[in-house]
Amino acid sequence: MNSPLRAAVILFPGSNREGDAARALEQACRAPPAIVWHDDRALPEGTDLVVLPGGFSYGDYLRCGAIAARARIMDAVRAHAARGGLILGICNGFQILCEAGLLPGVLMRNTGRRFLCRMQHLRVENVTTPFTRGYALGQVIKVAIAHGEGNYTIDSAGLAELERSGRVAFRYCDAAGALGGAANPNGSMNDIAGVYNETFNILGLMPHPENLIDPLVGGIDGRGMFRGLTAA
Amino acid sequence: MKARVIVTLKPGVLDPQGKAIEGALKSLGVSGIASVRQGKVFDVEIDAENREAANRKLAEACEKLLANTIVEDYAIDHE
Repeated sequence: MNSPLRAAVILFPGSNREGDAARALEQACRAPPAIVWHDDRALPEGTDLVVLPGGFSYGDYLRCGAIAARARIMDAVRAHAARGGLILGICNGFQILCEAGLLPGVLMRNTGRRFLCRMQHLRVENVTTPFTRGYALGQVIKVAIAHGEGNYTIDSAGLAELERSGRVAFRYCDAAGALGGAANPNGSMNDIAGVYNETFNILGLMPHPENLIDPLVGGIDGRGMFRGLTAA
Repeated sequence: MKARVIVTLKPGVLDPQGKAIEGALKSLGVSGIASVRQGKVFDVEIDAENREAANRKLAEACEKLLANTIVEDYAIDHE
C-alpha cells in the first residue's frame, strides 16, 4: 500500500477557493491537505502536491497573480517544482504560475470584457500525466469557469512549442467536443484552457474541477483529476 | 529623484478595456477619437546617484514586476 498523497494548498490574501480545493483533495486523499500561508518560507516536509487555489490574490492589483507570484512561499514552490514535485494552479493559481514564470504565457482580459461565471465544457487533450490520467483522451467534461482574465495569450513560437510537445492539457469546447466559435468563452489562443510546463509536473488551468466533485452541485466531472493525482 | 514609469500593451495585443473606453468616448460624442489603448503610470521616488543609475534600477523594477514583458512594453521618464 502506497502512502497517501500529501498535498499543500497555498493561501494568499484574497484567495477564496482554498476551501473548495481542500475539499476535493480530502475526498480523493482521505486526509485534509496542509494549508500554507503565503508568507511562510517552507512547505510541510514530504509535500507531493502544491495547489495554488482560485480567488483574487492581492485584489488582482497590478496584474492578476503578479504580487502573489513574488510572495515569500514561492521560493519554496519553485524549489518543489525543480525537484519534480507536482503543482496545480487553478484559475488565479494559473495566473500566478504564469506570472512566476513557472508556466509560459499570460492570462489577459476576456475578449468579451465580461466576468464569466458559468458551466463550460472542456476536452481532455493529454491523459499521460498524473493530473489527467483519470480521464480518457478526448473526453469532454463539464466544469465551472469563473474569471474575468482567462484569455490565454502567448507568442507564436511559444504556442507552436506547446502544441508540438503536447503541453495543452484542456481546450474549451462545446458539449460534443467541437472547438471554436461560441465554445471559446474568453478568446484564448487555440481554445487553450490549461497548459503544462516542459516536464509535465506543473498544470495550470482556468476552469474549476475542484467545484465538480459532488452530485449535489451538478456534476462530478472534476473528480477525475483528483482521483488521478492520488492514484499511485 | 522622481521618475515616471509608463507601461503599455505591446502593439497587436488585444486591449478590451481600451476598446470599451473608445466606444464610451464615441457614445459621449467626443469626436475625432480614432482609437484608445489603456496603459499604466507609476510615479516613483527613487534614491540614485544619477539618472543613469536610476534608469538601471527602474528597468530592473519593470523587468521584475511592473511590466509583464510578454505582452507589455515600458518607458521611463524623468521630471
